[in-house]
Amino acid sequence: MSGRRLQDLLASSVAARPDAAALIEAGSPGPAWSYRDLAAAAAAIDAVLAEIGVGPGDRVGIHLAKSQAAVAALFAVLGRGAAYVPLDVTAPVSRLAWVARDCGLRALVGAAPAFEALVAELDLVPTAARDLGLSGLAEPLKILASGWSEADHRAELPAGEELAYILYTSGSTGRPKGVMHSHRSALAFVDWCSEVFEPRPEDVFSSHAPFHFDLSILDLYVSLKHGASLVLIGEELGKQPRALAPIIAEHRISIWYSTPSILSLLCFYGRPERSDCTSLRLVLFAGEVFPLKNLNALRELWPWPRYANLYGPTETNVCTWYELPEGPITADLPIGAVCAPDRGLVVDPEGRVVAAGEEGELVIAGGTVMKGYWNLPERSAGAFLELDTGAGYYRTGDLVRDRGDGQLLFVGRRDRMVKRRGYRVELGEIEAALCRLDEVYEAAAVALVDAEGATLIRAFVVWRAPEPPALVAIKKALGRELPLYMLPDSFVWVENLPKNANDKIDYEALKRTGS
Amino acid sequence: MASQEIRAAVKDYIMEEFLPGEDPATVSDSTALLSEGILDSIATIKLAAWLEDHYGIELEAHEMSVDNLDSIAAIAAIVTSKLEARG
Repeated sequence: MSGRRLQDLLASSVAARPDAAALIEAGSPGPAWSYRDLAAAAAAIDAVLAEIGVGPGDRVGIHLAKSQAAVAALFAVLGRGAAYVPLDVTAPVSRLAWVARDCGLRALVGAAPAFEALVAELDLVPTAARDLGLSGLAEPLKILASGWSEADHRAELPAGEELAYILYTSGSTGRPKGVMHSHRSALAFVDWCSEVFEPRPEDVFSSHAPFHFDLSILDLYVSLKHGASLVLIGEELGKQPRALAPIIAEHRISIWYSTPSILSLLCFYGRPERSDCTSLRLVLFAGEVFPLKNLNALRELWPWPRYANLYGPTETNVCTWYELPEGPITADLPIGAVCAPDRGLVVDPEGRVVAAGEEGELVIAGGTVMKGYWNLPERSAGAFLELDTGAGYYRTGDLVRDRGDGQLLFVGRRDRMVKRRGYRVELGEIEAALCRLDEVYEAAAVALVDAEGATLIRAFVVWRAPEPPALVAIKKALGRELPLYMLPDSFVWVENLPKNANDKIDYEALKRTGS
Repeated sequence: MASQEIRAAVKDYIMEEFLPGEDPATVSDSTALLSEGILDSIATIKLAAWLEDHYGIELEAHEMSVDNLDSIAAIAAIVTSKLEARG
């Protein structure tokens, strides 16, 4: 192990600003944690992880709602040289258990009854809760060893590429896949943020995205690197648009980062005019296309901050960005130019660079790019385009074109992945989950766009029983397989699915009949 | 306003707006709407806005939670308490 690691960022701030507020839980009566408090909590968790035998090369699942203790747990895992795997506490237990087994977790950190359900599903021996002396926890933290064998679970990474975290995203083959990032790839991104956004210790960052969502990397590590404060907004609170502007006002948040969906809700349903949000100096958004009507309404409401559109799949961190000029945006919003740590090319289906201004797939190589997918060597290899130069370029699957000034415009997708409220959704994963239901013979999912520019998912299902199920019943059944953001908005019961000449599902025909 | 009346109006709105074509018998007053994913977060926000307009009440941010809005019965309860508080 050599070189800088993510936890070094925290260590520097602890040394420089031990008493500064590091973590604030929005909507919680508990006090802010100083940098010293955060370091002490991480050390307490570290001691238990050490006792269990967690060490370099291991993975530890974090099954905690967003909280000060959850951040301490992430740093404790990193401090042991292990990688953390954030588990979405709102996702179905069966999906989380699949993830836990897929990446061979050495240990799990959790709390509250939801964790008991996961522990039971995994058939692990529940351990007594340990009082770690951490204040302000709704439930005592539990840390337990999985007892699983190490042999089957080894990440093959080059020397110096110590793994920092694995983020599971929707997978086209029906199961989620784990995107592996090393300390090096995460730090390349964090350092780039320092360059372009110039954070200061006085800054107050929002932490809106859950830790299993890649937007959280900027919030967590950029804020703590600069000795700034981070306001943790829990999942439940974060979904309530009316809670958000008051949080910005109360904590004087200066750097906000979320999906466009959340900013749109805040703007239209959040009563933003009732709160003083003049502390904002930078508003960042990523994860999906921002409908221009909503974006312009937001900027009319809050004309004072800088705004930037950040783009990048989980596999690359942010890899292009575009800072908005002043005034309303009238033409398509670019995803921007490639970030300094990376190199980007626009290629045709054969992997040849297209002529300037022509449409093609964006491929990205460089410092911020992932190390591969956990336990999927073939898919990892297939994710990269090997060019003559010897560099592997990650194939984003996003079709783009240069608008003529080096700024890239997003045109569409090469495959069947869509973005829903910023989350990646592989339509194939929805189809696979549907097909796991007993009465489903065949299923197809298509994405449509509603009048407000939001993604709607419609499922076409060939049902074997004489009577199709109630919508309520099928949503419930599917909700045991998929996270809520992946549930289709509507279902159409059909006798059979239209096929094209190759006997494959004709999705274009479905989109036409469905709308 | 009777709670039963509120339940009926809320159910009509939910069926019409979010579950068109669905048999009303599949949704009871205690069906978990949010926690089971039958209504998504956007639908919840629209529902809250409709409740405010329709009943002339105001919901605080913390009141727009799963606890208060998960079922037709829960929704009717919070609307009733708001109306009573208003007098």
